[in-house]
Amino acid sequence: MSFPILSLMLAIPAVAAAACLFLAPSAARMTALAATLADLALGVVLWLSFDVGGAQWQFVEYAPLFGRFGWALGIDGFALLLIMLSVFLMPICIGASWQAIEKRVPEYMAAFLFTEVLMIGTFAAQDLFLFYIFFEAGLIPMFLIIGIWGGANRIYASYKFFLYTLLGSLLMFIAMLYMSITAGTTSIPVLLNYDFPPHVQTWLWLAFFASFAVKMPMWPVHTWLPDAHVQAPTAGSVILAGVLLKLGGYGFLRFSLPMFPEASATLTWLVFGLSAVAVIYTSLVALVQSDMKKLIAYSSVAHMAIVTIGLFAFNAQGIEGAMMVMLGHGLVSGALFLCVGVIYDRLHTREISRYGGLAINMPRYALFFLLFTMASIGLPGTSNFVGELLSLMGTYQVSTTITLLCTTGIILGAAYMLYLYRRVVFGEIKSDEVRGMSDLSVRELWLLAPIAAAVMWMGVYPESFLAPMRKDTQILLARIDRARPVGDSQPTKGTGIVPAAHAETHAQGSAH
Amino acid sequence: MDYAANLAMTLPELVLALGAIALMLVAAWGGPGSTKAVSWAAVAVLAGACIALAGPASSGTSAFYGMYRADAFATFAKVLIYIAAAVAVVMAPDFFKRTAGDDLRPEYPVLILLSACGMGIMVSAADMLTLYVGLELQSLAAYVLASFMRQDSRSAEAGLKYFVLGALASGILLYGISLVYGFTGSTLFDEIAGAYAAAPLSGSGKALGLLFGLVFVFAGLAFKMSAVPFHMWTPDVYEGAPTPVTAFFASAPKVAAMALGVRVAVEAMGPADTQWRQIVIFAALASILLGAVAAIGQQNIKRLLAYSSINNVGFALIGLAAGTPAGVASVMTYMAIYIAMTLGSFLVVLQMRDADGQPLETIASLAGLSRNRPGLAAALAMFMFSLAGIPPLFGFYAKFAVFYAAVEAGLFPLAVVGIAMSVIGAYYYLRVVKTMYFDEPAAAFGPGDRLEGGLIAVAAVMISPLGYLAIPLLSGWALGAANSLF
Repeated sequence: MSFPILSLMLAIPAVAAAACLFLAPSAARMTALAATLADLALGVVLWLSFDVGGAQWQFVEYAPLFGRFGWALGIDGFALLLIMLSVFLMPICIGASWQAIEKRVPEYMAAFLFTEVLMIGTFAAQDLFLFYIFFEAGLIPMFLIIGIWGGANRIYASYKFFLYTLLGSLLMFIAMLYMSITAGTTSIPVLLNYDFPPHVQTWLWLAFFASFAVKMPMWPVHTWLPDAHVQAPTAGSVILAGVLLKLGGYGFLRFSLPMFPEASATLTWLVFGLSAVAVIYTSLVALVQSDMKKLIAYSSVAHMAIVTIGLFAFNAQGIEGAMMVMLGHGLVSGALFLCVGVIYDRLHTREISRYGGLAINMPRYALFFLLFTMASIGLPGTSNFVGELLSLMGTYQVSTTITLLCTTGIILGAAYMLYLYRRVVFGEIKSDEVRGMSDLSVRELWLLAPIAAAVMWMGVYPESFLAPMRKDTQILLARIDRARPVGDSQPTKGTGIVPAAHAETHAQGSAH
Repeated sequence: MDYAANLAMTLPELVLALGAIALMLVAAWGGPGSTKAVSWAAVAVLAGACIALAGPASSGTSAFYGMYRADAFATFAKVLIYIAAAVAVVMAPDFFKRTAGDDLRPEYPVLILLSACGMGIMVSAADMLTLYVGLELQSLAAYVLASFMRQDSRSAEAGLKYFVLGALASGILLYGISLVYGFTGSTLFDEIAGAYAAAPLSGSGKALGLLFGLVFVFAGLAFKMSAVPFHMWTPDVYEGAPTPVTAFFASAPKVAAMALGVRVAVEAMGPADTQWRQIVIFAALASILLGAVAAIGQQNIKRLLAYSSINNVGFALIGLAAGTPAGVASVMTYMAIYIAMTLGSFLVVLQMRDADGQPLETIASLAGLSRNRPGLAAALAMFMFSLAGIPPLFGFYAKFAVFYAAVEAGLFPLAVVGIAMSVIGAYYYLRVVKTMYFDEPAAAFGPGDRLEGGLIAVAAVMISPLGYLAIPLLSGWALGAANSLF
């Protein structure tokens, strides 16, 4: 075992969280920022020393501490990228709360640092129950963040968030107990290659689905998300949209697909159906929102549906595309919530109708907001374009109808995002309050600029992000290939020859 | 086997009984002034009993012609009981100092010792009569403790209610015992088990008689565990009894009753497991559901914790329903963790006093506690999340253990329904957290006692994620205890 860098990445925010509780507000802010930046630095070290194309599991740590389960950590390409997303967004969240949070600062910082521990732990856990503990424990700090520092209706939102997600996860917990007893191990890498009988797989898959579909969130169990987003403080929304929603997608990728390939194949219709409804329904709902945060929350549900169809396309484009959408959406939706937070801090309202003409007095803000709006729509050159294109191309090989339905989401996405942008940024300045709003401060610039850079990077040179997960995608495909559903987009019906090779090269070409 | 060896095996009970008698004499001569000395002496006696467990008392053999078991299972339960009893003694003086007209008298620690002695006999019982004697000794002391505040009508009501309903339950239990004795011809657990194994499962009159005996015995035990449908006394008694006594009721007798139930189920009625499993499953699910639903409307924190204890008994019973050594071990693990959570919660309740030192009991008085007393609020929040079974707190492992056993035994519907209902329970635990953290502060509490603060901190550390490091030790010990039954 080499240097336990993952444990260190967990220990730094954990210690800092405990320390924050005993510090004065200003010292707590500094401690939190220092700890998250230290974790970001460690994350960069992690990425640089990650051997692309090397062993599947790297930075492996194991200590049999807890009897029936152990302290098992280790990451593959998927986990690496999601950990990077977490540690990248975390200092930005702390920065976004620098002035917006005035009361009970030490507890706030502690809650955020605790969340960071749990997020990294969830992605790095290699033990079934260690994963569950990290996964589930995330409810506690988020409950407190929404409930203490949230908006007017925060208590309802915090309860709904907690109980909704708890119910989903508990069914998964029973499934995990069954799996560990049947397979005789709690090690995720071993379970990834354990074959459960198909009829058992269906039940286990459904139990996991209950949890991940709520986390994701998929229609119709998405209703907690708009409430939680609207009531949470800005940084809470960023972390919720940026990372916590990715836990659902990560769960599908890590558990549902490789552990239950047959069940995944037979139940693809369910995922596709719910996703198609989600894309169209939530996009239409987003179109009529008058609250900015709610609009972005609904758009998140639509984007997450693109993730789920990509994941269940059973091919490389779909899975890599889904991962890219997760990363891109994590950055873009986080940035959009920051953009909302910037003007909310000035005018203390999220009503779209109160704003207008911000391009006149806040040009720099308008520029950044435009970039993230375009990225959310999926304009070429931004992160979401790569992901959405790959994901939809992957899905096309399986189901043309679903792809058709889901592609409307991109058009509708352009509609609601541009409509939002027009109402907030263009037009005439409506009131003196709006006229008095100042442009981005240096602090806000430092929050948005790194995300903007990352969004462009992902859009222009996605290879940096595709490379670490390419081998893991192939391993996953080799595992689930036996259950691959027959697609309906084959040009020669009934011969059984899939033009896979052609599609493969085509996808690779467009990705680069 | 000679009497000396027999007595050596029952040394913990002897220490407690003789200690209690000696302290009673001290109390009689010393009067109220001796309260403090007697309290600390009682803690010393409990510690002595704990040490005495190390000898022949945990040898794994039987004493008094098979009527008393000195095995690892009894030892496990007794350690928990003694710890809970000691905490109940320690937390009392500060509470009674502030109650109007009801000072702490030295009888209090003496009664706790006698009750602990009775519980020791309960968990070691290998004969229906030993069981009954232990149960009654424990209960009689408990009835007096419940009405310890003589000037307080609620306390008197609690004592009376507990006594009347407890007597009814004893009657039911005794009736069950007599049926079992009548149809098996013995009161010894081993011989009862033999008779159950030999009897036909159904169809004959004898099978019916045995079944009736089993049902009545379990009904009586369910009363002592406060499992639904024999839980009705719990909220009233918990609310009325003085808080340290409530903490005691919620911890030690629960462990004793649960351990006793497990021993009767496995040792005496093991061959009839298909019959009692139905009862246990019903009691488990009904307790979880009722404990959760009825707690939602409560305004009094002690009543809330009463329903919480019913809820938790339901979860512990899931482990018993599995009926395997792992299941029994999970019940004992559950009780060990449960004690830390419950005693911790009641210690926090004890800190709920207004500026004049008058005890407060409404949940509303906890409002905004996180700003007045952040440490105390954090501790209670940890206990609440832990009781709800939310990781990373240690209460999660308790639920993990029982559900692991249930799934291992193939009881999937039970596990799924049980765990789904725990969401309802999470709601009211969240309500306490919400009151402390989200609401505007109410009047600040008076200053706390340093000793109690220390105990709260110890309990909080035990149920914190650090507790996971104790899993290998705890589960090994619990499994050893469970294996001594099979």
